[in-house]
Amino acid sequence: MMAQATKEKSSYRAAFEVMQAEDARCLPAWLLRLRETAMERFEQVGFPTTDVEDWKYTNTGAITKGAFAPVAADARVELGADDVAAFLAPEASSRLVFVNGVYRAELSATENLPAGVVVADFATAFAGEHESVLRAYLARPSDPEVDGFNALNAAFLREGALVYLPKGAQVSAPIQLLFLSAPATQTAAVFPRVLVVAERESAATIIESYASTGESRSFTNAVVEVFVGENARVTHYKVQRESEAAFHIATTNAELERSGVYDLTTITLGAQLSRHGIGVKLAHEGAECWVDGLYLVGTGQHADTHSLIDHTSPHCTSHQLYKGILDGKSRAVFNGKVFVHKDAQKTDAQQSNKNLLLSNEARVDTKPQLEIYADDVKCAHGATVGQLEEEELFYLVSRGLHTDLARNLLTYGFAEELVEKIKIESIKRQLDEAILNRLHARLEV
Amino acid sequence: MSSIELLTNKEYKYGFVTDIESDMIPRGLSEDTIRLISAKKNEPEFMLEFRLKAYRNWLKMEEPQHWPNITYPKVDYQDIIYYSAPKQKATKASMDEVDPELIKTFEKLGIPLTEQKMLAGVAVDAVFDSVSVATTYKAKLKQHGVIFCSFSEAVLEYPELIKKYLGTVVPTNDNYFAALNSAVFTDGSFVFIPKGVHCPMELSTYFRINNSESGQFERTLIIAEEGAHVSYLEGCTAPKFDKNQLHAAVVELVALDDAEIKYSTVQNWYAGDEEGKGGIYNFVTKRGACRGRNSKISWTQVETGSAITWKYPSCILQGDNSIGEFYSVALTNHAQQADTGTKMIHIGKNTRSNIVSKGISAGKSNNSYRGLVKVLAGAEGARNYTQCDSLLIGDKCGANTFPYIEVSNNTAKVEHEATTSRISEEQLFYLRQRGISQEDAVSLIINGFCKDVFRELPMEFAVEAQRLLGMKLEGSVG
Amino acid sequence: MLEIRDLHARVEGKDILRGVSLTVKRGEVHAIMGPNGSGKSTLAKVLAGHPSYEVTSGEVLFDGKNLLELEPDERAREGVFLAFQYPVEIPGVSNAQFLRLAYNEKRKHLGEEELDPLEFKDLLKERAQIVEMDAGLMSRSVNEGFSGGEKKRNEILQMAVLEPKLAVLDETDSGLDIDALRIVSEGVNKLRHADNAIVLVTHYQRLLNYIVPDYVHVLYKGRIVRSGGKELALALEEKGYDWIKDEAEESQPSAASA
Repeated sequence: MMAQATKEKSSYRAAFEVMQAEDARCLPAWLLRLRETAMERFEQVGFPTTDVEDWKYTNTGAITKGAFAPVAADARVELGADDVAAFLAPEASSRLVFVNGVYRAELSATENLPAGVVVADFATAFAGEHESVLRAYLARPSDPEVDGFNALNAAFLREGALVYLPKGAQVSAPIQLLFLSAPATQTAAVFPRVLVVAERESAATIIESYASTGESRSFTNAVVEVFVGENARVTHYKVQRESEAAFHIATTNAELERSGVYDLTTITLGAQLSRHGIGVKLAHEGAECWVDGLYLVGTGQHADTHSLIDHTSPHCTSHQLYKGILDGKSRAVFNGKVFVHKDAQKTDAQQSNKNLLLSNEARVDTKPQLEIYADDVKCAHGATVGQLEEEELFYLVSRGLHTDLARNLLTYGFAEELVEKIKIESIKRQLDEAILNRLHARLEV
Repeated sequence: MSSIELLTNKEYKYGFVTDIESDMIPRGLSEDTIRLISAKKNEPEFMLEFRLKAYRNWLKMEEPQHWPNITYPKVDYQDIIYYSAPKQKATKASMDEVDPELIKTFEKLGIPLTEQKMLAGVAVDAVFDSVSVATTYKAKLKQHGVIFCSFSEAVLEYPELIKKYLGTVVPTNDNYFAALNSAVFTDGSFVFIPKGVHCPMELSTYFRINNSESGQFERTLIIAEEGAHVSYLEGCTAPKFDKNQLHAAVVELVALDDAEIKYSTVQNWYAGDEEGKGGIYNFVTKRGACRGRNSKISWTQVETGSAITWKYPSCILQGDNSIGEFYSVALTNHAQQADTGTKMIHIGKNTRSNIVSKGISAGKSNNSYRGLVKVLAGAEGARNYTQCDSLLIGDKCGANTFPYIEVSNNTAKVEHEATTSRISEEQLFYLRQRGISQEDAVSLIINGFCKDVFRELPMEFAVEAQRLLGMKLEGSVG
Repeated sequence: MLEIRDLHARVEGKDILRGVSLTVKRGEVHAIMGPNGSGKSTLAKVLAGHPSYEVTSGEVLFDGKNLLELEPDERAREGVFLAFQYPVEIPGVSNAQFLRLAYNEKRKHLGEEELDPLEFKDLLKERAQIVEMDAGLMSRSVNEGFSGGEKKRNEILQMAVLEPKLAVLDETDSGLDIDALRIVSEGVNKLRHADNAIVLVTHYQRLLNYIVPDYVHVLYKGRIVRSGGKELALALEEKGYDWIKDEAEESQPSAASA
């Protein structure tokens, strides 16, 4: 076990050394130092094991043993515009496309943006005037408790997406950030990084997509940071539909200024093992967030969501609704914590996790938590696990519906609340299709 | 603008010390201590083996200081006296031979033991420090085949029952404090309700710590055979000492087919002073096994005392159609800490569990609900409903909810709901507008908040519990 | 009985009452009308001593006593009753338990003997008839799961039990259907007598068809801008509040700019 971990660490170390040498001249020194520190941290802690409370229900052994290696900078997969078309959200007029972690300018579009708004890959940004933005936000002292996955992402911080909205900028069309895995790289480890900085009174919608072009068994280790300024509004969709052989570990952290609004909706459909850690810090008065999601998994899939909604200031509001549909021999984990600090009076926090088990081999572990140290608050959480209501089924069947159809209708109805929330048609359609496919698969069994 | 602040806690009225000569063993813990305890109690060999096995397990275990939401300085297990008993004749032919000083003590606590004054309808086992000093109504219960006696007596009189059931619900290596208890427990209560018998009266044990240097490690074992019913109550108090004292008890319940056990606790150990000095560390393992079909175990607890409470009365729902219930009010004030809740393990088919937890935090206390609902793959049709509410009084306390829900069967239905709020100004104003004083209004709202739990308590206990909450929370608007 | 002099009050830093003066004598029924946001409910809450409302100046005398110095429960025991616009739910506390406590607090205050639960039950039963209240509601938690109409009837029942000297009815008619309005109004009329006084706070004239006031006052922007007899209410019903608003703006431009 120990020997395995050491070997794993050293294989990342070798790739790390190569990368540091390659980048020594072209990337800023602060970044090289940051990566070095992160690599040391990773070597110190390794990947978390199930002994750690936060990873109790999710075993990352397969990633540790998976012999994944960071993709070499020159490894290029031939993909044309036609190949990626299926993964693009037509509503978006600007986009950045990354294939196996490498930025592809010819597939991207960064025009069509209001003045001052930047949507750029890191290499471009490092070379340009926004290097200071990257530096200000990426080089901040990191959390000393940072886990192995986050440390490893920072160690391999090279390619990534910067979205910068200057004060007052309003971007009406969504901005898409697409991270594609292509099957050429069976054991590719990729480390996407996204930085969104929304200055005061700006607004934008971001679509963060992860997909595979085939049965790629890749390991994605992503970190996304969102800074929402005063009165700014960021609407964020994360759609993960990587191949069912893939491993997807991701962290989304957001920090909100006064009266900032952050609305995150996460759709989890793919990967054999996925883990999404979410941290939203409501650090200034009047901030409000929505942290919603749907996970839809079938045989062989394991989806884990861990969230921390951190209320550190008074008069902030958080809403969280997570729904899960589990089929076949699948497993889901939900761990949501609402933490209300001593001074965060008048906090209004609602959290709900509902799970629908379609098969008798599915398993769910849910742990919604409230930790409250202020007295003038309104906090509530709830969690349910169950199957379709017999009464409701009976009602539909008694009206002449075929049992299977009635089941599907109810299952679809279960997801409806979240599907309806999505304001982007193409994502809504994808989700509809995914749910229907899941249900059709059931009918054929 | 008004906010609710608390006046000081009313004086803890059970804080007195009884002056009585005690038979104590030297402080410290080793295999020799355990042999000495066992010898003092004239125990058969199997009990000594049980204790030593537990002790050896304990030595290998670690104190659970990380996962519970509590903090306390390390306990020095060598600085505790593991056996302390009031000096009196070993066997008492009648109540008249019990030391009058002890009878007086229990009378002062509201537990009269003499024949003339005994509580009607409630049989009491009175435990003072390490030993049981008296058990009332024993003879009458015996007529119905009900065994109710001190644990020490049961070990000597009913060794076969003890051998058969002891440690089968809470194994000696279950957890750190259970292992410690299994090694050094000194007394407690034993209840056996034979097949088909509905126990004709409430049974109750009253625990009293008197010695400032001793720990209390009692053991309770209740067995309800097929179709038997019993309602059991426990109460506890301790004098005010500046030093923290350890109370590590183990309670095991076994319910066979169609049996029902109702276990109620009003816990009022000394909580320490306002700054958190002194008070009892209440580290308790309580677990019931619903072994039989259609069996039912119901835990009701009102936790108001102790400096630290760490307990999770649980139900192992093995028998098909068995039912587990947990009703809890946990109140913390000043510097008290509580990490309490329940575990419902659904194993049998159509097992049901119901959890109602009401947490009230005041002062600078910290109150956590921690609960596990686990549905195993074979538990077809299992149902759980959990309602968990927290009330905050003042802005220096904490209220936390940590439910763990693990479901491996898709026919199961598990629901958890929780809320946290403070006493609303609007409710207070409404009551006051009708002429009710601030203090009465607060107590009315709190009793209303706890009603779902109080109504599960036997009548006398419910009244006692309400009074206790009022006393602990004497409040006023600042 | 009640003397309000130049009362100013604010809530959450916003000035709502800007100089209200009003005298209510024994046996009188006064109606306070006015458009939404004029300060009607604020006046009712200030009289009862709601902690969120801050009196910035002015005084209120009740039977010669300074009402503003008293705690809310002291005011209630002195005989001031507020029928809430939105009666509060109190889970786990039964209506009967709550009312008996309130009733006995008042008896104690008056130096009278307290009633035991049985005696009180009889009293409650008798008073419940005044508002045609189902006895079954008495064992339920205060206002919990009550319909809007039941909540308002419950308020009047409490008034019947507590027998206040001054009853302030805050929008008691809102949300009531015509039958419930009739029952509630008849209840109030039965409780009206020469020794008590009633202040009706209402937006609509409808209630005043049932409970006929002696005086009608119009509150606008925190001041009483017009007073009259019951015919004033009819005029308001016919012409709406705009007429009063225009008049008020003309005569008191300072109020508009404040």
